Amino acid sequence: MKRFWGFVLKEFLHIFRDPRTMLILFGMPIVQILLFGYVITNEIKDIKIAILDQSKDPVTIELTNKIISSGFFILDRNIKNINEVEDVFKEGNVRQVIIFESGFGRKLKREGTANIQLIADASDANTANLVVHYTMAIINDFVREQNKLTGSPIQFIPEVRMLYNNELKGVYMFIPGIMAMILILVSAMMTSISIVREKELGTMETLLVSPLRPTQIILGKVTPYVALSFINAVTIIVMGNLVFGMPVQGSIILLLAESILYILLGLSLGILISTITKSQQNAMFISLFTLMIPTILLSGFIFPIENMPKILQWLSFFIPPRWFISIIKNIMLKGTGLMYVWKETLILIVMTSIFFGLSIRKFKIRLE
Amino acid sequence: MNEQKETIITVKNLVKKFGNFKANDNLSFEVFKGEIFGFLGANGAGKTTAIKILCGLWAPTSGEINVAGFDIYTQTEQVKKNIGYMSQKFSLYEDITVFENIRLFGGIYGLSRREIAQRATDLMRRLDLEHSRDKLISSLPLGWRQKLAFSVAILHKPKLVFLDEPTGGVDPVTRRKFWDQIYEAADRGITVFVTTHYMDEAEYCDRVSIMVDGRIADLDTPSALKGKYRVKNMNEVFLKIARIKPDEYNKLEPIYKVRKFK
Repeated sequence: MKRFWGFVLKEFLHIFRDPRTMLILFGMPIVQILLFGYVITNEIKDIKIAILDQSKDPVTIELTNKIISSGFFILDRNIKNINEVEDVFKEGNVRQVIIFESGFGRKLKREGTANIQLIADASDANTANLVVHYTMAIINDFVREQNKLTGSPIQFIPEVRMLYNNELKGVYMFIPGIMAMILILVSAMMTSISIVREKELGTMETLLVSPLRPTQIILGKVTPYVALSFINAVTIIVMGNLVFGMPVQGSIILLLAESILYILLGLSLGILISTITKSQQNAMFISLFTLMIPTILLSGFIFPIENMPKILQWLSFFIPPRWFISIIKNIMLKGTGLMYVWKETLILIVMTSIFFGLSIRKFKIRLE
Repeated sequence: MNEQKETIITVKNLVKKFGNFKANDNLSFEVFKGEIFGFLGANGAGKTTAIKILCGLWAPTSGEINVAGFDIYTQTEQVKKNIGYMSQKFSLYEDITVFENIRLFGGIYGLSRREIAQRATDLMRRLDLEHSRDKLISSLPLGWRQKLAFSVAILHKPKLVFLDEPTGGVDPVTRRKFWDQIYEAADRGITVFVTTHYMDEAEYCDRVSIMVDGRIADLDTPSALKGKYRVKNMNEVFLKIARIKPDEYNKLEPIYKVRKFK
């Protein structure tokens, strides 16, 4: 055991002495969160909209003025007919069409409610989401003002339609996504690189000749990365919460336990990659191509799985981050317990066992 | 020397096949305690395969092998504890300090903290490295690194040390100094098993074996070999042996080819 810990200590020394490794380990998660966070929650400005005012009464004119003078929107054009909406979007400049129903003001006076329809071009899902949220905020503000003035409560009933992308995912999507991506990158890429580096330098041979057992060598190599990945997971959860208000509704212990499971999965992949590569560069490229790109494209991180072609949907079954993202979204946003995520958890456990099994076999074959 | 001729390595009929290719074809030899045993041969002759098997890295296809008193099949653990190993590729970690390297390898070989501290102090004094205790290995000149690597390889006082082309890519002066260190270790009773393709180094060994095509072509003291082939130095011995097998010539290092036509 003492032999083993001395070896682990040395691995920590490697990590702490190498500024590049430190940067990837600790700089990357923070930069990624801020980058993705601010790109996605970025303020909107001068978004072009079109208005279809079927009423043209004082209330709709005042609300229109308020929306246009907010600074967020520019009125591109007024349209007269509902049929024009499609064309306006196809031209591509206009991001949102606001439709006031006919008799808006009258209805408001009589019934206290009126309908506004917001149609957004959701081919750019995140912008669409923002645009709609901003518009709603302005409308709500307007409603409050009116309530104060008249004393009688009125209500607008906005109806929101997202064109081209019905399954619009929330902005909270990116924190689970980044967590899934960073944890698998750090644990798989960094471990595979650090193991392959020993092969490249020839120190692996020295270690294999020593009384350390092969399993001890591998465990010694991955132990520091379990600890560091775990710190990363915590950093991401804390930053997501403090900077972007990402809640953790469910059990934090379950969340961390699932993260550890996912980290172990990444490590097993890293070991597997290290057994099939000979150079650090190779290990890095394989990690990037087999882990990062599928994580971004197929895990549902950015593109909703429901909207993918069937084949890609099947393919996404084999992408570990897909399941992890699903698990942590459930825990963080919906506050569900293990009862609801056991299936995903089981899938991750099975994947981890398969990868570990394969890499142990590969490692042994290499020794023969 | 070797009056009592106590053996430390016994190899009988060692065969290692890769598919149909016999890397080691029926090797049999003994290494005696305290001697410097040279294991020579051109690249591809099977030296590295043999050394890997003796160190317990690879399993042989067949044959009886006993290293440091332990059976290579059933007592691999014991074998590993009792041998030291240094390869051509530099075996210390460059991004950690001199002392940390010593502590790491001391720890791996199961030395106590006190033993490590004591042997580290000894070793650094002997190598004149006391002021470099906390320097990174990468900041040391190559010659020093190599001396240190060798000292670390025998830190746990093994019965036997394997050196796999330890002087590859090193200038002649440093090589000469490195051999002084090998003699020192041999004087302390450590058996040295060394592979090399520098023929001048073969002269420094007590006995040498010369491998050609996966077999041991000859094995004896350098002077006996020179007498047998009636030549002046080990290089010519090597060429005579190699000449027996013309195919083998193509596998030779360029350095031998040049010398052959001199």
